[in-house]
Amino acid sequence: MAAMKKLLIIVAFGTIAALAAGLWITRPLTVNTEQVASLSGSAADGEWVFHLGSCASCHATPGGDKTVLAGGREFTTGFGTFVAPNISSSPAHGLGAWSQADFFNAMRHGTSPQGTHYFPAFPYASYTRMSDTDIANLWAYMATLPASDAPTQPHRLTFPFNLRATVGVWKALYLRTAFVGPGEDTERGRYLAEAIGHCAECHTPRSALGGLQNNRWMAGAPDPSGKGKVPGITPAQLDWSEADIAYYLETGFTPDFDSAGGGMAAVIEGTSRLPATDRAAIAAYVKALPPAQ
Amino acid sequence: MKLLLVLSLSAIVATATSVSAGGHGGNPAVTARKAHMQLYQHNLMILGNMARGNTEYDTAAAQAAADNLVSLSTLSQAGYWIPGTTNAELGDETRLLPAVFEADSTARQIGADLAAASVALAAVAGTGPEAVGPALGPVGAACTACHRAYRVSDN
Ligand code: HEC
Ligand code: HEC
Ligand code: HEC
Repeated sequence: MAAMKKLLIIVAFGTIAALAAGLWITRPLTVNTEQVASLSGSAADGEWVFHLGSCASCHATPGGDKTVLAGGREFTTGFGTFVAPNISSSPAHGLGAWSQADFFNAMRHGTSPQGTHYFPAFPYASYTRMSDTDIANLWAYMATLPASDAPTQPHRLTFPFNLRATVGVWKALYLRTAFVGPGEDTERGRYLAEAIGHCAECHTPRSALGGLQNNRWMAGAPDPSGKGKVPGITPAQLDWSEADIAYYLETGFTPDFDSAGGGMAAVIEGTSRLPATDRAAIAAYVKALPPAQ
Repeated sequence: MKLLLVLSLSAIVATATSVSAGGHGGNPAVTARKAHMQLYQHNLMILGNMARGNTEYDTAAAQAAADNLVSLSTLSQAGYWIPGTTNAELGDETRLLPAVFEADSTARQIGADLAAASVALAAVAGTGPEAVGPALGPVGAACTACHRAYRVSDN
């Protein structure tokens, strides 16, 4: 049954991919180059964005220096194995020769300098909501990090998921800049959580095609590593106070003093560096989430 | 009659489940490992709640908890961190990942970091609640580093 369903998805995806390659609606989008060129970011203000976005958790070589974004970490998924690319400041092997507009296209539209789609294993479906200022500051900060000449390794994906054109369909279905969770009194927290901290990428379950199920926002999901579970954090699953959540984001300690692990550890490396007001803002947003199963 | 049968059957099932969930029938190494972790947790809770202002600061209790952490983090745990007792072999009974026994395992280093952070905590735990919070930081960082690499996420 599951195999049949998988086969159907593959056939459907393959057919769509073949059609999509030439379709206008699934073409890779780009930003307005002149508009972006005038932005000049501050490296000092980009450091917290880098940590909250946990770029290093995926792009630093496993076991290596966290500031050297040489790539190499592998992600095994139902679609095959992705390998994080080198995004260090090396002109030959990283982003050293990119323009700021190239970087904006990657973060906001998941589009490469060659005009192809990135796979959403790179969580640009969240980063797309980042402000111009924060993307420009992040870009300025990343330019200060060391270069590595380790060549980017190819992904090992199964057909038809290895066709970047299929991602055009995925984007048409799932890539939205609109925020999902509550923002009436929790706008700052929502921005930090949904645009940069990309909490939903792990805490929200996905559809068969790998899109987030917005009607089950933060309701918990299988761990992206393939082993274990990511807990739900809506009030249906989590009864911690706002102060408890903020303390967890600062120290990693739960209210009963277990300590965080798994993918959450990298998130806490980022949130622990934020000002207390920003942690409180994220906690308020989490408390305001509608209960979901 | 039928109802009674169903009830007693479910009682048996319930007992069986609680036994396999870590009680007597469980793997002794797993039981000991979890017990060790629970002792970390309990002593941290005493200190953490004082640091957070949830409970009143008490010099003697704070010092005792910090001294316990020093003792716990310097005990040899070799007897219950043994190959063959990870979630690859025992499934849901344990959250220990097999990577802990691979050649590049950092668990020993993390254990040493935890011991050093606990010694530093014990040096200030008796001096007041303001000192406890910051000194808990490196302790928590060591707990988290190990849970990140060697404990499967499952809440
Ligand atoms: C969950 C893991 C993950 C995180 C977190 C992540 N990335 Fe990536 N990133 C990837 C993967 C996988 C790719 C490869 C995508 C592809 O080949 O289509 C990628 C690709 C990229 C690329 C394109 C590189 C190239 O060679 O064309 C850039 C730029 C990038 N990421 C920047 C970032 C930044 C900046 C952050 C933090 C804000 C970040 N990434 C966070 C996994 C991640
Ligand atoms: C050397 C690695 C390591 C260190 C250091 C460590 N832990 Fe653990 N912890 C684990 C592993 C592995 C498990 C899962 C054990 C199992 O299920 O067999 C665990 C489980 C736990 C549990 C759940 C126990 C249960 O009943 O299932 C708690 C609570 C906990 N740790 C707290 C802590 C605290 C607090 C610290 C720091 C003072 C800490 N741990 C330090 C590896 C570590
Ligand atoms: C890379 C995946 C990932 C991302 C991104 C992520 N989380 Fe988590 N989160 C987890 C995992 C895994 C756990 C369980 C941790 C453990 O095993 O100790 C967790 C646990 C939590 C918990 C504790 C829940 C409990 O019941 O113990 C809270 C609260 C939380 N996350 C909030 C957030 C917030 C807020 C964000 C965004 C700022 C976020 N998470 C981003 C993976 C993630």
